[in-house]
Amino acid sequence: MPLNLGVGFGRAWRKWMSDEFLDDGADGAEMLPVLTLPLDAWHRAKGARMVEFAGYHMPIQYEGIMAEHLWTRENAGLFDVSHMGQLTLAGDGLDAAVESLLPIDLSTLKLGMQRYSLLLDENGGVLDDLMVSRWPDAIYIVANGATKWDDIAFLREHLPDAVTLNHMEDRALLALQGPKAFAALERHVSGEHPLSALVFMRFGQFQLAGEDVTIARAGYTGEDGFEISLPASAAEKIADLLCGEGEVRPIGLGARDSLRLEAGLPLYGHDLSPDDTPVSAGLLFGINKRRREVGGFFGADKILGQIASGPARKLVGFSVEGRLPVREGAEIFAGDTLVGQITSGGFAPSVGAPIAMGYVGAAHADIGTNLEAEVRGKRIPICVASMPFVAHKYVRKGG
Amino acid sequence: MTIYFTQDHEWIALNGDVATVGITDYAQGQLGDVVFIELPAVGKDLTKGDDAAVVESVKAASDVYAPVSGMVVEFNADLEADPALANSDPEGEGWFFRMTLSNQGELDGLMDAAGYRAYCDTL
Repeated sequence: MPLNLGVGFGRAWRKWMSDEFLDDGADGAEMLPVLTLPLDAWHRAKGARMVEFAGYHMPIQYEGIMAEHLWTRENAGLFDVSHMGQLTLAGDGLDAAVESLLPIDLSTLKLGMQRYSLLLDENGGVLDDLMVSRWPDAIYIVANGATKWDDIAFLREHLPDAVTLNHMEDRALLALQGPKAFAALERHVSGEHPLSALVFMRFGQFQLAGEDVTIARAGYTGEDGFEISLPASAAEKIADLLCGEGEVRPIGLGARDSLRLEAGLPLYGHDLSPDDTPVSAGLLFGINKRRREVGGFFGADKILGQIASGPARKLVGFSVEGRLPVREGAEIFAGDTLVGQITSGGFAPSVGAPIAMGYVGAAHADIGTNLEAEVRGKRIPICVASMPFVAHKYVRKGG
Repeated sequence: MTIYFTQDHEWIALNGDVATVGITDYAQGQLGDVVFIELPAVGKDLTKGDDAAVVESVKAASDVYAPVSGMVVEFNADLEADPALANSDPEGEGWFFRMTLSNQGELDGLMDAAGYRAYCDTL
């Protein structure tokens, strides 16, 4: 079938989207009905092309991935990430219970702080990557959309009865990202503290359009930006308010993926899976110092051993020679020897060239190592590159 | 010159014995920003349905298969150098390749412009 946009295009998209929910049942998995998010009608009215992602109808693009990507790097983009799971954990013995699962040091996670963490299985395999925050009377977790149901089941199974898990299905999540995000958001925010009091990986409670919202200074683009947790019932009002600012345009999942790849941030289900450990993925910062010394979390034996001996393979970034994108699944060779596989790749609009990420044997993981990726039977020269590909612009100090 | 369209969003402009092949405006809109195009070599024999070209947009690779059988006589080097032509002028400067036809009968089942427009309206 020539240029089959109906099927071929969809199949290509599906590859990089949720492996779990978009599986057509080939391995017997049950197909779940596709759900809608609070901003579904809003996206469609804005001209979004909708696709299935993580079990939801989601906007893949509005005006085009390239334009949306570049707009976010220069101005501000509004991303609807309401498919992600927002959870709170509360109850007696909360910190000890959470530390028995996650490799996080909660003694250093003070009120108003957010930290990257990992949900691991008994073998140290990555079940999900998470953002964990200390709320006044709870631990707040943001989990990936495609994995949240499994995460919830895992947490319910392993947490003691005294700890209550609340899945906040009545909340939406919006990310406002880019160098002009602060200016656009500050015009509408009030609260006990000014928005400028927030620095990277801190959160606070604010008022936005008359609604109580939680705002974290964080994101998934490498830019300065914010993630806003708000009542689902106020999502349209707040999305309209923010997109009414001249600096802000709605941005789809396509640009979200190219932005995060340039920022060197792994995507769960592609660069991270239960077959990978935080050590091989280069996510040791997700295993806090005290936990590296004393262990006592899921998969600790495997992971502490791997830290000592070094991982057999490593997740690295690649620059790609020429213009042909090297995509997920492409095999990586050193001469005739298969040494790894690409896990994310595509054209990087801000770099102006293809870039990629993938796992290679540790002997081939040094920056500057020349390798080849195979695309449609052709060998494409690639080179292990330092990440991020585009410098992070996080605001770490108040101003 | 007669222009034919396929259900797979290619156009074929027949001029004498030589057909020029490209993708339609609808196709480029669906694919999004095109960043790389691989075209067939001159002299390549194509059978209808063979892999003929590859279009890489920012997020996806799509195959373009031969809409008819024949031999490639020219490819658009300007398009390889500037793949965005496939977005900006898909049915003009953004043509893909030219081929001779070994079986003109293969054109019979294809659509004309009005038929293709009606077909896109059903998608």
